[in-house]
Amino acid sequence: MKHLLSVDDLSTDEILQLFETAADMHDVQSREVKKLPALRGRTIVNMFFEDSTRTRSSFEIAGKWLSADVINVSAKGSSTSKGESLRDTVLTVCAMGVDGLVIRHPASGAAVQVSQWVDASVVNAGDGTHEHPTQALLDAYTLQRHLGSLEGRHVAIIGDLTHSRVFRSNVQCLTRLGARVTVVAPPTLMPSGIAAWSAAAGFETSYDVDAVLPDADAVMMLRVQRERMSGAYFPSAREYTVGYGLTRGRLALLKPDVPICHPGPMNRGLEIAADAADAAQSVVLEQVSSGLAVRMAVLYHLLAGELQGGVA
Amino acid sequence: MPAPEEAVTAPTGQQPGRADRTVLDGRDISRALTRISHELLERNKGATDLVLLGLHTRGVPLARRIADKIATVEGAPVAVGELDVTMYRDDLRSQPTRRAHKTALPPGGIDRKVVVLVDDVLFSGRTIRAALDALADLGRPSAVRLAVLVDRGHRELPIRADHVGKNLPSALAERVSVRLSEVDGTDGVTIS
Repeated sequence: MKHLLSVDDLSTDEILQLFETAADMHDVQSREVKKLPALRGRTIVNMFFEDSTRTRSSFEIAGKWLSADVINVSAKGSSTSKGESLRDTVLTVCAMGVDGLVIRHPASGAAVQVSQWVDASVVNAGDGTHEHPTQALLDAYTLQRHLGSLEGRHVAIIGDLTHSRVFRSNVQCLTRLGARVTVVAPPTLMPSGIAAWSAAAGFETSYDVDAVLPDADAVMMLRVQRERMSGAYFPSAREYTVGYGLTRGRLALLKPDVPICHPGPMNRGLEIAADAADAAQSVVLEQVSSGLAVRMAVLYHLLAGELQGGVA
Repeated sequence: MPAPEEAVTAPTGQQPGRADRTVLDGRDISRALTRISHELLERNKGATDLVLLGLHTRGVPLARRIADKIATVEGAPVAVGELDVTMYRDDLRSQPTRRAHKTALPPGGIDRKVVVLVDDVLFSGRTIRAALDALADLGRPSAVRLAVLVDRGHRELPIRADHVGKNLPSALAERVSVRLSEVDGTDGVTIS
């Protein structure tokens, strides 16, 4: 495993292996000395061309806890704002002897493109509306901790599908692990061409939240991504909430103890009500701590061993 | 799954073919562990503040066996845990990524305790060096001791064991294989 660009790059075995490593890494969070020496002497650059709190700090802490040197570069305040191209920025940074490059970019396919320019291992931390593999891994890892195996379990993914890279990566990851996935969105936020994709990948689509919730073993709410919306996808926020939000009323439709995920940041009161976000079965904060463990596992697998090597 | 450090080809204690020689059988192993248990108790003047930490993979069941024997002698359970040193190895870079294992400390931790590291074979000493580094990140024991089932020599670092099941002079090219029923289905130490 040289890069992590898409969930598709991973075999099912590799996913499960990452989860095992993540479980080992999880314990480090409760230690007094939160440090493992595995990546001592390696340098990781976080390049974020889009705003981020949890993903960037998560990758930064993950790298630091593994003893790597971590540097953050963001678009604001970098030479990008002086008009430097992505290629030049990336090559400049990599000329400093970087081993790992974690990149988030608003253009779909940016991470793949970058991986062809550099020798460093590239981790896709979100490219446009395309993929966000570590988010999918941490979601599946979190659900696995709650549900045991995902085999045959029903996961409902609800919200702004059109603009969601989290959904695209998650569908691949969850179906690979044997889960039954139903994705729910208003017709305007259902990606075009989803009928062919869902038939090929083996997941279901629905416009009706209330029909899907009673059967779900896990619920994943997606953020309404207003910053990516150029047109009017729904008449009003209120109307979206009534039709597709996880409200207090809909909470009652769920089977007891069904875990509720949200990749964050949450629009409270829009796609998820405070009652649901703060419910006992909400795993939103657990997703964050799992995310750290999963990202440590990813960095370990990419950077600890002989470069280009698989896992023994 | 990680490959065992010493590949095992035959399921039984007695090796077919080649020049495999059984050095310890199941009863020898049991006797050696009994002796080590008594030595530990004698040296420590009882089981108070004793923590046995098994090193993955085969040190873990060995630590449990010693703990059981001590519990029988003393009539009280002794703290036992497992330690994974993968992240602390000095050869991480020179081979494909190794699978890490779980580190599990007993509830009381290791601070101010007498920690006994337990492993199957003491060879170069590099695993023990890694284990000492790992311990430093986990706490501050009052003392650290080392118990091994087999000491085969060829140290590359200034490290020695406090309790040894069997000293086994070996040539560098020879292979010492420890098999334990918890991991391999059978007990035995062979040299080939």
